[in-house]
Amino acid sequence: MATGPTTHPAMTALPPNARSGDAALTRAPGGVDGDRAFAGATLAAALAVPAILLAVFLLLAIDAEPALTRFGASFVTSSTWDNVKEQFGTLPYIYGTVVTSLLALVLATPVGLGAALFITEYAPRRLRTPVAFTIELLAAIPSIVFGLWGFFALTPVMRSTVEPFLKATIGPVPVVGALFQGPSLGKDLFTGGVILAIMILPTVVAISREVLLAVPTMQREGMLALGATKWEAISGAVLPYARAGIAGAAILGLARALGETMAVTMVIGNSSRKITGSLLTPGYTMASAIANQFNEADNELYFSAVVGVAAILLVVSALVNLFARVLIWSITRNAAQGARA
Amino acid sequence: MTATHSQIEALVRPEPVRHHVPHGPELPGHWMQVINLSVWYGARQAVEGVNMTVRPKAATAIIGPSGCGKSTFIRCLNRMHEVGAGVNRVSGQVLLDGHDIYAPSVDPVKVRRHIGMVFQRPNPFPSMSVAENVVAGLRLVSNPTKSQVDETVERCLDQAALWDEVKDKLSASGASLSGGQQQRLCIARALAVSPDVLLMDEPCSALDPIATAKIEQLIIELKRDYTIVIVTHNMQQAQRVADETAFFLAAEDRIGRLVEMAPTGQLFAHPADERTAAYVAGRFG
Repeated sequence: MATGPTTHPAMTALPPNARSGDAALTRAPGGVDGDRAFAGATLAAALAVPAILLAVFLLLAIDAEPALTRFGASFVTSSTWDNVKEQFGTLPYIYGTVVTSLLALVLATPVGLGAALFITEYAPRRLRTPVAFTIELLAAIPSIVFGLWGFFALTPVMRSTVEPFLKATIGPVPVVGALFQGPSLGKDLFTGGVILAIMILPTVVAISREVLLAVPTMQREGMLALGATKWEAISGAVLPYARAGIAGAAILGLARALGETMAVTMVIGNSSRKITGSLLTPGYTMASAIANQFNEADNELYFSAVVGVAAILLVVSALVNLFARVLIWSITRNAAQGARA
Repeated sequence: MTATHSQIEALVRPEPVRHHVPHGPELPGHWMQVINLSVWYGARQAVEGVNMTVRPKAATAIIGPSGCGKSTFIRCLNRMHEVGAGVNRVSGQVLLDGHDIYAPSVDPVKVRRHIGMVFQRPNPFPSMSVAENVVAGLRLVSNPTKSQVDETVERCLDQAALWDEVKDKLSASGASLSGGQQQRLCIARALAVSPDVLLMDEPCSALDPIATAKIEQLIIELKRDYTIVIVTHNMQQAQRVADETAFFLAAEDRIGRLVEMAPTGQLFAHPADERTAAYVAGRFG
C-alpha cells in the first residue's frame, strides 16, 4: 500500500477534505509489530505440540533404556514379569491391550452403527435429538465411574450369566469356541473388552451419525426410485457411500480403547499369568499395568521396565493409528477418484 | 378405464423375475391418469385438484415457474414424495394402466419398480462401477447371471446412448464419468428394471448445453418405447421433446394448479388460457 502521493483514479473520489498521505492511509505506529507478535504467538503454539511430543519420546526413551538394553527383544516376547527376580517381559500386557481393544472394536462398531442408523434413518424427527444426546452423554461419564459400575454391576452378571451362556453356546463351536473356555471368573479379558466397548460407543455413534447425515439424499432416493425397500436403500446406497467414514469412526473408537486405563484395570483381573487364547482368562493391559505398578517401582530396573511398558504402548498406539490412516487413505483415495465428476 | 383383475395383481403380488420384453409397435404401452390430485406438506397444501392423462409411448412435459408444484406433482406419480421428511398427504387418485397406485393394498416399493425416476442432479452410486450402477435395480429383484448382467448392461447403456463412450471403462466408478454421462448412466439404470413409465424431474438442469442436447435426443428416442413424463423449467426443451405439455401455476395462495394441458404445438402457439399465453410469451416466470 503506497503511503505517498498517488495518481490512482480512485483517489479523486476521496472527499474534498481528504488529502494524500492522510492519517486514514498511514500505518499506525506499532500496527505491524502487533501483527508480527500475533503471528509469532501462533507459531509458538504450533511448535509447542511437536515439542511436547518430542519431550515425551525423550523421557520415555531415556528412562526405559536400562530395561530395554538389559532384556532386548525378550522385553516384548517374554511372558514373565517378576519384580523380585527382576525378570520383566511385557507380552501379556501387549496381548491384553490388543485383545481387549479389538474386542471393543468388534462389539462397539455394529452397535454404534446400528444406533447411528436408527437416529438418522428411522427415528421420528422429535426423537432424534434426545436419543443422540443420551448416547453422547455416555462419553461424559468419567472412566472411574465406569470402573465402579463395571466392578460392582457388570462383573457379577458376566460371571453368573453371560459367560456361562457363551461357554455353552459358542464354546463347542470349532475355532471360535477356543475363545470361550475355562472357568467363568467375571474379571477377565472379555469383561475388559465389554466395558471398553461401552466406553467407545459414544465415539462410534457420534462419528457414524455425522457421516450418515453427510450422505446426500439423492443417493437414498436414487436407490428407492429403482424399487428398493428402505433397508435396501441403506445397504445398497447409504452404507457404501459412508463406508470410509464409518471405518474412521471405528478406528477412532479403537484409538480411544487402546489407552483407556481406569475402568479396564478394575474389571480385567490384573493377572499376567500365561496367555491361553481364551477370553475368559484374567489379563492385564499395558495401561493398567502402568497404573498399578508405577508407585511401587522402587528400584531403577523395575521403574525402567514400567516406563518401557509406556514406551511400547506409545509405539503400539502409533502403529494402530498408522494402520488406520493407511486403511482410511486407501478407501478415501478410491472415493476421491470416484467423486471426480 | 376399468382395471382388470390381473392388472391390479401386478402391483400387489410378489414380484416375478422380470425378463426384458421389447416394446414393439404392437404393444400399446402404459398410460397414467391423475384424478383430482391434491398434495399437502404437513399442514401446507402444495398442489390442488390436478386432472391429467398421460398418453402411452409419448413424452408429456410439465412446465411452469418455480414454486408451481411441478416437482411435487411428479414425485406423487411414483410415490417418491413419501420418502422425504415430514408427513406428506395426498388425496385423489393416480392410475397406472387403470389401477390406483394409492390403493391401500398397493406397496409403494413395487410402484417404484414400475414407474422409474431420473432426478435433477445425476446421482450414480460412487461405490459401484459403471456396469454395477446399471444393474443395481435388477439386483434388487433377481439374482442375474453373469450373461444376463452383461446383456442388460450393454442393452441399457446402448438405449441410453452411452455404450460407445463407456464400453472400455465399465469397471470404472460410476462417479468417474462426466456430468452428462452420469445422467445418461442414471437413465440406463432406470431402464434396466424395464419400467412401465419413466419420470424425469428437470433431468438437464445441472448439465451444460451439449450434454442437454444429448439427453433431449435420447428422450425423443426413448418415447418410441416408453411413456415419459418430464418436468422442465425450459420451455424450448418442452417444445423440442414433448408431445403434450401441461402448464402449472401457483396463485397467490402458493398452491400449484394445472392451468392448461394441450398438444405441445397448440399450447405454445394457441394457448387457451391467458396466464399460459403470458408465461409462454415470457411475460413472467
